[in-house]
Amino acid sequence: MPTAAAATLEPMTPVPFRVLGMRKELPDTYTLDLAPADGDGPLHFAPGQFNMLYHFGVGEIPISISGDPAATDRLTHTIRSVGAVSRGMGTLKAGDMVGVRGPFGSAWPVDEARGRDVVIVCGGIGLAPLRPAIYHILANRPSYGRLVILYGARSPRDILFRRELERWGGRLDTYVDATVDRATGEWSGNVGVVTNLIRHSGFDPVDTIAMVCGPETMMQYTVEALRDRGLDNTRIYLSMERNMKCAVGFCGRCQFGGAFVCRDGPVFRFDRIAPIFRVWEF
Amino acid sequence: MSGRGKTVIGRDGLADLVAILAEDGYRVIGPQVADGAVVYEPLDSADDLPAGVVDDHDGGHYRLRREADGAVFAHVVGPQSWKRYLYPPVQALWRAERHGKGFRVIEEPADDGRDAFIGVRPCDIRAMAVHDRVFDRGDVVDGGYARRRRDAFVVAVNCTRAGGTCFCVSMGTGPAAGEGFDLALTELVGDNGHEFLVEAGSAAGGGVLDRLGGRDATAEDEAAAEAAVGQAAASMGRHMAADAPAVLMANLESPHWDGVAARCLACGNCTMVCPTCFCTTVEDATDLGGQVAERRRRWDSCFAADHSYIHGGSVRRETSARYRQWITHKLATWHEQFGTSGCVGCGRCITWCPVGIDITEEVRTLGGADKGD
Repeated sequence: MPTAAAATLEPMTPVPFRVLGMRKELPDTYTLDLAPADGDGPLHFAPGQFNMLYHFGVGEIPISISGDPAATDRLTHTIRSVGAVSRGMGTLKAGDMVGVRGPFGSAWPVDEARGRDVVIVCGGIGLAPLRPAIYHILANRPSYGRLVILYGARSPRDILFRRELERWGGRLDTYVDATVDRATGEWSGNVGVVTNLIRHSGFDPVDTIAMVCGPETMMQYTVEALRDRGLDNTRIYLSMERNMKCAVGFCGRCQFGGAFVCRDGPVFRFDRIAPIFRVWEF
Repeated sequence: MSGRGKTVIGRDGLADLVAILAEDGYRVIGPQVADGAVVYEPLDSADDLPAGVVDDHDGGHYRLRREADGAVFAHVVGPQSWKRYLYPPVQALWRAERHGKGFRVIEEPADDGRDAFIGVRPCDIRAMAVHDRVFDRGDVVDGGYARRRRDAFVVAVNCTRAGGTCFCVSMGTGPAAGEGFDLALTELVGDNGHEFLVEAGSAAGGGVLDRLGGRDATAEDEAAAEAAVGQAAASMGRHMAADAPAVLMANLESPHWDGVAARCLACGNCTMVCPTCFCTTVEDATDLGGQVAERRRRWDSCFAADHSYIHGGSVRRETSARYRQWITHKLATWHEQFGTSGCVGCGRCITWCPVGIDITEEVRTLGGADKGD
């Protein structure tokens, strides 16, 4: 598994990358494709890892990689505009530059999941960190059992990667279901929380790996629903989010109990964080 | 290491020590009095050292007074720690200049000065060893820290007096320095006059000791030093409960956190004076024309509202959650991360807390024991 690539260099210094393409995904969400400004070496990452992206003069933010791990000529990040840096980066165009440090952090257990059913549960932009795992599983489809993708969004217009979800759902070897918190006129699908989708999704609870990413409250209820279906804590993986400034364990901000989310996470096997996961404001 | 055993130098040997280190190209930094406190600043000579100064410590209380015996190291620790030299409060990380449609990153030139620290207490030596585990982990290294630390010359001073908020004995970090120094001094003030027992802890220290002169230590000198340090240990008024990690982790949801929060101002003083707290933030800035950007790293505190900010709000909104984060990290989860406690028992967080919150007492209360057991 790739670890902090910057380790042998000054770990806090970004590497210049060019914007290859910018796609608007949703009113507040966009995807950037990036390639190194100099050099063209293959870019390796493991599904679930993240980079620190620097916008000139404004700041740096941790963003999960949302692209295909087999596409080693680019780094793809899907970003929601919520702060100064993410809004600023949303104005970039092809040919512009960003700074990149990474990839950092732990990965989704795509190897451990081989031969087993995989259930992916995500909410909102939580689909972005899971998309590389989905690409990997689909590219190696015969190696996995049943593939279930369950997605929740606030409203139909907030559904991320909608065409891809529909395409995956059209495959005979993949089960995709989606729900929204608030329906609008044209929506004829599910309404309600994503955990409602779990009981109909038909995976084998004794031999399934679950990968979960979304708001912390959503993940709490998802873990409960998965456990109700018979999944053990050791088969459930979550991606956690905490404030980060350095991504290499120096700045101290992303601590979650004894873990640094930047190094020990963001992907955690649930049994390792279960004792502190529900402790208020920990 | 020096071929010599323990050595005794006179009071004026300190002046020679400062001069030798300066001659060897070190910036010599030691304790001195400024603004009513003992601070660590560059020394012009040994005359700057705080001879005859004693510091009284209690929760939220710090005062200097004079003693006639002229002891140079009768004070304990001031509000600063040596982390301000090894891991400075503000550090430039790099600059970037606009270049065509993009920018070029320029790493800050590394400073290459060497510091000699005089008067490092055993608790602070342990704090340096704790920071080594944070910043020099093998896989990822803070290059600036590692270089400054490697090049530093450490003159330890064993404590012959316990400060009012010290609890190093219960943390196993003092009052004598066992390792991690180039030279270690024990101050001897008594009928035989004013002398220092000196021990070398490294080859570099041995080389300096050879040039210092002095006489070979006698069994009486060593006994006097041991007695003085033993007296400091025996008179230490505070102690940390040995089961602090377990007590804290078993009480994450205790109502006691609200009780602390009713007193805690979330000012962050404890984290600034702590010799091991290492949290930082980064600041990005540009020049007025927007052509040059720079990134600085600045000490930060887990008591600050934006320390845990992610989109939607801070993870730790309540002061109770922030205090809990600080103390559980310091005393419990630090072990998981770095194989050691993050607390060295220096007592600074007690002294410099404006409302006198006592880390040892909070653990005891949380553990259900009576105060002062």
